[in-house]
Amino acid sequence: MTDNTNAISLVDRRRFLKLAGVSSSGLILGATLPNFQPAWADIAGTAAKDKSAAPLNLFVSIAKDNTVSIVCHRSEMGQGIRTGLPQVVADELEADWDLVEVVQGLGDKRYGNQNTDGSRSIRNFYTTMRTMGASARTMLEQAAAQLWSVPASECQARKHRVHHSASNRSASFGELAELAATQKVPAEDTLVLKTPTNFNYIGKPVATYDTPAIVQGKGVFGQDVILEDMLIASIERAPVLGSKVAAVDDSAARKISGVVAIENMDGGIEPPLFHPLAGVAVIATNTWAAMKARRALDIEWTDTSHASHDSAPFIETLKQRVQQPGKVVTKYGDVASSLASAAYKHSATYSVPYLAHASMEPPSATAVVKDDHCEIWACVQVPQATQQHVANALGLTPEQIKVNVTLLGGGFGRKSKPDFAVEAALLAKKMQRPVKVVWSREDDIRHDYFHAAAASHFESAMDDDGQVTGWQQRTAFPTISGTFANGVEHPSNGELSLGFADIPFDIPHRQCETAPAEYEARIGWLRSVSNIQNAFAVCSFADELAHLRNRKPDEFLLELIGEDRHIDPNQGDFEYGNHGASLKDFPLDTARLKQVLAVTAAKADLTQKGDHVQKAGEGWGIAVHRSFLSYVGIATKVAVENGRVAIKEMHCVADVGLAVNPDRVESQMEGSMVFGMSLALMGGINMEKGAVTNSNFHDYPLLRMQQSPKMSVTLMGTEHAPAGVGEPGVPPVAPSITNAIFAACGERIRDLPVNKHLQLV
Amino acid sequence: MELTINGKVHQVDVDDDTPLLWALRDELKMTGTKFGCGAGLCGACTIHINGNPARACLTPIAAAKGAKITTIEGLSDTGDHPLQQAWVKHNVPQCGYCQSGQLMSAAALLANNPTPSEKEIDSAMSGNLCRCGTYPRIKAAIQDAVHYYNASEQQEKQGGE
Ligand code: FES
Ligand code: FES
Repeated sequence: MTDNTNAISLVDRRRFLKLAGVSSSGLILGATLPNFQPAWADIAGTAAKDKSAAPLNLFVSIAKDNTVSIVCHRSEMGQGIRTGLPQVVADELEADWDLVEVVQGLGDKRYGNQNTDGSRSIRNFYTTMRTMGASARTMLEQAAAQLWSVPASECQARKHRVHHSASNRSASFGELAELAATQKVPAEDTLVLKTPTNFNYIGKPVATYDTPAIVQGKGVFGQDVILEDMLIASIERAPVLGSKVAAVDDSAARKISGVVAIENMDGGIEPPLFHPLAGVAVIATNTWAAMKARRALDIEWTDTSHASHDSAPFIETLKQRVQQPGKVVTKYGDVASSLASAAYKHSATYSVPYLAHASMEPPSATAVVKDDHCEIWACVQVPQATQQHVANALGLTPEQIKVNVTLLGGGFGRKSKPDFAVEAALLAKKMQRPVKVVWSREDDIRHDYFHAAAASHFESAMDDDGQVTGWQQRTAFPTISGTFANGVEHPSNGELSLGFADIPFDIPHRQCETAPAEYEARIGWLRSVSNIQNAFAVCSFADELAHLRNRKPDEFLLELIGEDRHIDPNQGDFEYGNHGASLKDFPLDTARLKQVLAVTAAKADLTQKGDHVQKAGEGWGIAVHRSFLSYVGIATKVAVENGRVAIKEMHCVADVGLAVNPDRVESQMEGSMVFGMSLALMGGINMEKGAVTNSNFHDYPLLRMQQSPKMSVTLMGTEHAPAGVGEPGVPPVAPSITNAIFAACGERIRDLPVNKHLQLV
Repeated sequence: MELTINGKVHQVDVDDDTPLLWALRDELKMTGTKFGCGAGLCGACTIHINGNPARACLTPIAAAKGAKITTIEGLSDTGDHPLQQAWVKHNVPQCGYCQSGQLMSAAALLANNPTPSEKEIDSAMSGNLCRCGTYPRIKAAIQDAVHYYNASEQQEKQGGE
């Protein structure tokens, strides 16, 4: 576990009341969250709807009517975090979930890290949230003890009340909050956390907090923000990275009724960071007028060096490069001689195209700028980075930028880049009125921070017994580092820690290398990041070897993984990321991987050795992968007939450690399967002359209901600490599909997506 | 122009070619109907026009004149439409952005075909994308709602006899 040690201190109540304008009294605790010092806390509890609510700490306030407000400081994008984190606090607090109100935290560094990415909200804040709940509970118990003149040890919080059973008295949390403010704050080492058998909510499928609003159309997403006197902006952006506006004829656009202004947007900056792209913004009184006028613009763009980038030949080039010696990343033994002396050798080259996030809600942000203050409402995964980047653009400090995080209509990593919020801020400043920037679907698909197109190459040596003795792997893809620095052509260690340098196989001679790839378009994190291409290639190649040796894929994989052990990928002369966690707390544990593999294999009908091609036209494939500290296996059944493929069944087996909310973990795995099917079967962004040729869901299709098979999710390993959930389900999906296709019809698909090779049913 | 939405008459002052979607969202501030693609490809903007499912992004308001329009805000008064209840029971939504459209497509399906087969569900829902991948739960919730729905229809009929 990440150690979020809490130093709890009593806050000066008067100071708080003055800052927050709170009229009643209460109890305030401070806690040291990662990355910041306690600086109590003008924001604590102010987000509660009832402003008279007594703030117990940064995350909890209690109103006299007994409503407990719990702050969620991370962004909700469908993963259920506005339920998961508050349910942990509520459990330790002994609050009644029905009386809990969830409050979205503003962007503020006092909350610690708010970047909702890397599948880490629960694993990084589980202990902190428990401590926050436990300390507030303890102070409520102390208050009751004082009220009844009994020892605190005899008072016990249970379901929103504190009880003294000896005298048969009890008081509600609302009644006690005020008195609790006068209590001594318990030292952290005196706090007693609940034992898991007493959990009311942790580990239980608590219903998603926002669902009742969402089914009535009442959820407020970034696109839904409406302010008094607000204008709408639609922006035509430079089609090619680095390009700027050379000339614009806006005479026709200006004639469209509703148009208020047409403004050039600066841009064309490299490295692109989170800067807005260059473009021309149409600002109008309504969205339709802005969109219509934008179509009437006639813009000439400046030339850039990226205007010769064509993605299809680029991928072919990468595939050539990974077949040549590259830059060594990790090295175990002597691969060259093991290959030279091999009884059998096999090699294969794989590729994955550029991919777009295509979250259902296109990006959108609304801003108001007044003098030295800016307020933003946006569907961002990174409220603090939004403060920073908006501040830079406006020449203000982050503290002068207030960022309200709306619900996110999907994020998947796209909304970790607040370029759209910066656009809104710049236009709001120019217009001196509230401005909402509305991205269209075409904007979203063409101006994404794409998942990198990637090529991978593998070569293996086997001895006479079919044992794999040597393993060479090489990868090339434009790195995310290119978004932050010019001229970087090799992947970062962070990217190579995602299923590349940490493959869990016990092979004596092994070498990982990279080859260069040019940065030609904005690249960013997409749900599970480089694990996508790495798991696809590794799990495909292992399957190829199994079939070549006439072995059952699961048995062969078990052998490749080898003994139960903890692997340290740092030993191959590599600096391993381990998703930001220590290997001591979250080891790379082959026993857990093998358990997941065994359960996954049991879901599939993997036929006996020598008979791997199943009933004509149908086949099963499996893949297992560790990422985000979790272990996930996928078993897929496909049917292939007359060159048309259908997914028949898909089963997910996931060891994510303790599932704080098993229902949301299952839904994330269901979603990961669908996300993985979309990318494997039909995902692909095409670029010509540096510009994206896809535009909407007709040419960047996503899986639809009739293509979505019967699915199941099996959770295991819940005795371990909570690990990542949102992303680790995605990587094994694609190789399980292509492995199943091979089993069904003998066709080995090495270049995604599948629909380049077979039609989809 | 006059529009009848969820049983109420609204005045909107926009160009005739304005899609109903933007009249709803910008003019009437009814943001339950979502913008996902603007091209009839995702179903996020699904509403009912005279009881039939339609994409608000492709429906010019001129074409909606005189029609009975229902949006997610009018699917039920208190969120207790059988489908809304089934959605809560199955905890369907993830991000939730597609769900207004999903519910409106499903509601139109059940209103016109109270006992849809799995194939009929697939085909009625095929125009509604969910990037979060809630398809298995949407399907289960529709199948579950079919029971409530038919039970409550039955009751209504019996009540009328
Ligand atoms: S927004 Fe209308 S179908 Fe996508
Ligand atoms: S729930 Fe997110 S798009 Fe459907």
